[in-house]
Amino acid sequence: MSAVSTEFGIAAPAIRAGYWSGVRRRLARDRVSIVCAAILLAIVLAAIFAPYLGLADPYLGSMIRRLKPIGTPGYPLGTDELGRDMLSRLIYGGRLSLLIGLTPVALAFVIGGMLGILAGYVGGLVNQCIMRTADIFYAFPSVLLAIAISGALGAGIVNSLLSLTIVFIPPILRIAESVTTSVRTLDFVDAARSSGASAFTIIRVHILGNVLGPIFVYATSLISVCMILGAGLSFLGLGTKPPEPEWGLMLNTLRTAIYINPGVAALPGAMIFIVSIAFNLLSDGLRSALDVRG
Amino acid sequence: MFAAEFLEPAEDVGGPAQPLLEARRLTKHFIRGSRLFAGKRAVVRAVDDVSFSIVKGEVLSVVGESGCGKSTLARLLIGLIEPNRGEIIFDGELVREALTLRVLRRRVQMVFQDSYASLNPRITIEETIAFGPKVNGAGNATACKIARDLLAKVGLEPNDFAGRYPHELSGGQRQRVNIARALALAPRLVILDEAVSALDKSVEAQVLNLLADLREQLGLTYLFISHDLDVVSFFSDRVMVMYLGEIVEIGTAYALFQETRHPYTQALLAAMPSSDPERRTAKPPITGDPPSPIAPPSGCRFHPRCAYAEAVCSVKAPQLGPIAAGHAVACHMAQAGSGHSRAGQPLQRQSLNA
Amino acid sequence: MLAYILKRLLLVLPVTLSVALVCFLLVHIAPGDPLISVLPPDASAELADQMRKAYGFDQPLPVQFGIWVWKALHGDLGASIATGRPVLDEVSHAVGNTVRLALIAAIIGFSLGIVFGFLSGYFHDRWYGRAFTALAITGVSVPHYWLGMVLVIIFSVLLGWLPAVGAAPGGSAAWAWDWAHIQYLILPAITMAVIPTGIVTRTIRALVADLLSQEFVMALRAKGLPESRVFRHIAKNAAPAAIAVMGLQLGYLLGGSILIETVFSWPGTGLLLNSAIFQRDLPLLQGTILVLALFFVALNLLVDILQAVIDPRIKRS
Repeated sequence: MSAVSTEFGIAAPAIRAGYWSGVRRRLARDRVSIVCAAILLAIVLAAIFAPYLGLADPYLGSMIRRLKPIGTPGYPLGTDELGRDMLSRLIYGGRLSLLIGLTPVALAFVIGGMLGILAGYVGGLVNQCIMRTADIFYAFPSVLLAIAISGALGAGIVNSLLSLTIVFIPPILRIAESVTTSVRTLDFVDAARSSGASAFTIIRVHILGNVLGPIFVYATSLISVCMILGAGLSFLGLGTKPPEPEWGLMLNTLRTAIYINPGVAALPGAMIFIVSIAFNLLSDGLRSALDVRG
Repeated sequence: MFAAEFLEPAEDVGGPAQPLLEARRLTKHFIRGSRLFAGKRAVVRAVDDVSFSIVKGEVLSVVGESGCGKSTLARLLIGLIEPNRGEIIFDGELVREALTLRVLRRRVQMVFQDSYASLNPRITIEETIAFGPKVNGAGNATACKIARDLLAKVGLEPNDFAGRYPHELSGGQRQRVNIARALALAPRLVILDEAVSALDKSVEAQVLNLLADLREQLGLTYLFISHDLDVVSFFSDRVMVMYLGEIVEIGTAYALFQETRHPYTQALLAAMPSSDPERRTAKPPITGDPPSPIAPPSGCRFHPRCAYAEAVCSVKAPQLGPIAAGHAVACHMAQAGSGHSRAGQPLQRQSLNA
Repeated sequence: MLAYILKRLLLVLPVTLSVALVCFLLVHIAPGDPLISVLPPDASAELADQMRKAYGFDQPLPVQFGIWVWKALHGDLGASIATGRPVLDEVSHAVGNTVRLALIAAIIGFSLGIVFGFLSGYFHDRWYGRAFTALAITGVSVPHYWLGMVLVIIFSVLLGWLPAVGAAPGGSAAWAWDWAHIQYLILPAITMAVIPTGIVTRTIRALVADLLSQEFVMALRAKGLPESRVFRHIAKNAAPAAIAVMGLQLGYLLGGSILIETVFSWPGTGLLLNSAIFQRDLPLLQGTILVLALFFVALNLLVDILQAVIDPRIKRS
């Protein structure tokens, strides 16, 4: 027996080389991803623990302190058009901006993922129904669809979240269906079917582990788009309503201030940019880590 | 449920005279192309009116070129696809009626061709093998014990291999896992779909020996699908030759290799590479491209490529008829009174020398 | 190939109908009675009824949809509640501006994208190749409306070289290709071009890197083919997928221009959409979205047909 098990002199590896541990290892070696993850973590933590950071009140303004430049003592990032401290507004603003950027993608991942995997596994009429319905929404450019739904429903955070979720379900659904269909044709799925397992068990044991990775990576690549689009909705006045701090809304209200204090006016957009690019780089890093065969 | 009980194969219902599996007029058509443009639809006749039986304890091989329907046949027998027409009878019981699919799955299992796609890359070997028993009611501990026992049986040290992933195994080792997985439900019939085709020759020999041992130990019956006639001649009791979805010849290994009656079988045998300097191939044994299964030729499907084709061959399709005990051929030349000038005469040894 | 094109054309009909349905329903998912935006606040019940009949709001939904589609096919998209002018007029007036802006942005974006894409694909392991990749990632991560603001800050507020808002001096409606008009076009076009540049660069880079690693390239080089000819092979192979992406991007530019047009007060369909939303001008909103969405559908159709023509794999299937 032992002669057979060392057929070609293959020794048993010392580390358990499962798929996900390999992914973790590759990610840990990717410096760009680590830096991005650290930056994002810092921003998220600051947003969550904002009340404990000793910041000024983000809602308290004063007309004599309007539009102070960056570096003013006591107001390190200046003040906005109503005299509110910018540093505080930016950090508190992260709460809503991140919420609007992450929640729709998370929801779309769950809903679109489930529908897509279902469509991919079951095939046939169910697949056609689901995919054709998704195609209808695909016939709209995403910005237009988000604005149309938001515009129709009216301003407000909940409406923004709803419209963004609807916009992101079709692309995730498509990827989920496509990946599931290609996994479903593999022999090991046939083997699982021929052992008499129910569809649900097969999806749970054999399909999910092989499709969630690519779907998840694709979803993370959508986060930056969602952040930009979400902030864009607020920028147009369709999302967050004043006086809530939120980066897109702040860009809107500070627009007229570009002639007086351009530095401060540009700050909220810089935050969106930083978070967006960090998510994109992280998503790319994740894709490379997941991509290696085996 | 104890492991030993679980691994006990089902009892022999029909007795030794009953064929283990009987296929009657199995037919499977696939429709290719869009349904919108009717008339443009291509019908692929993957398996067309196929009838044969498998004797208990034997190794029946199925040979043929790609596209002849071997894999579709395998999937029909294991219940993964539903036939358009025809029946399958397992040990005397009609499948999908007396015998439910769920029970059939415990009786018939398949070993797939080795490729990266035959094992789930995300779960360990042990989990792969234990999946079948777990799904069929075995507890976790029982299923794992079964998996480990089977690993040992196929020659892979359980403590070493149980926790490995497919990418950590060589091709031969993966095929052993495939075999272990197939045996996990204690089947009586094992279908081997090109199970050794992708392996290096030395590894192939080892796996074939393992299969032979297992067959003896566990009283298995094999349906061995292959395109490699050397392996088939070594391994089989009976051989069945398929062409474009139909059986053209079926008989014992001896009869097929030594007393070939169908021109296609003859061509296949002649095409086997040989290191015998006396057997030089100057003429190709078979000409023309294999026609597509969408629009098979009229009459005998082989007639465009057959060296002995005559007028009757393009008009009437020959039926599979016995010419000796346990040897049947579908060819006009084998049936007296078919209208073929050579009817009733055995085939000449085809000379391929220049 | 003809069969493919015919099939594709046939598919346009249900898609167009569904798009129309969504546009129609948008207005009806809006909270509140659509009539509110039309009526003066102290209108009598009689007046409300009259207006309701006039706008057809009293009919059951499927009938309303039918009437709306029928009218739309005859070019009647209703009248803007705010201005009273026919919606189609308003839209066709604004569309020209948007198309002009989108096309210039597309030309800039696609040319840069193709160049950067090939450069970063060929030199993906050198530092300059990676620089282009980084540039591309920046391009797709930047909030374009913010970038517009920043460009305005730099070039209008601080340097005073270019105008900040509007499409023409004095707000006149006519367009001419002279500096007086083009100077208004520059900042919005550059801003709009950033995202397509980024996406096209990434797409072509991925295509080129993949093609370069394929065996047929090795075979061509081993044959002794000069690098310029190898390049032509790569370009021809990358073309179908690249064209598909570019077509999609053009569609996004046309349909998603609202943010940039808002920043620059560019009088296109985006700005029209903006005012329609805030004035709750539902006929205008519906009509504009319908036109933009149909543009997108038509563009997708063109791209699919173009792909069928140039991609030999689709041609022969």
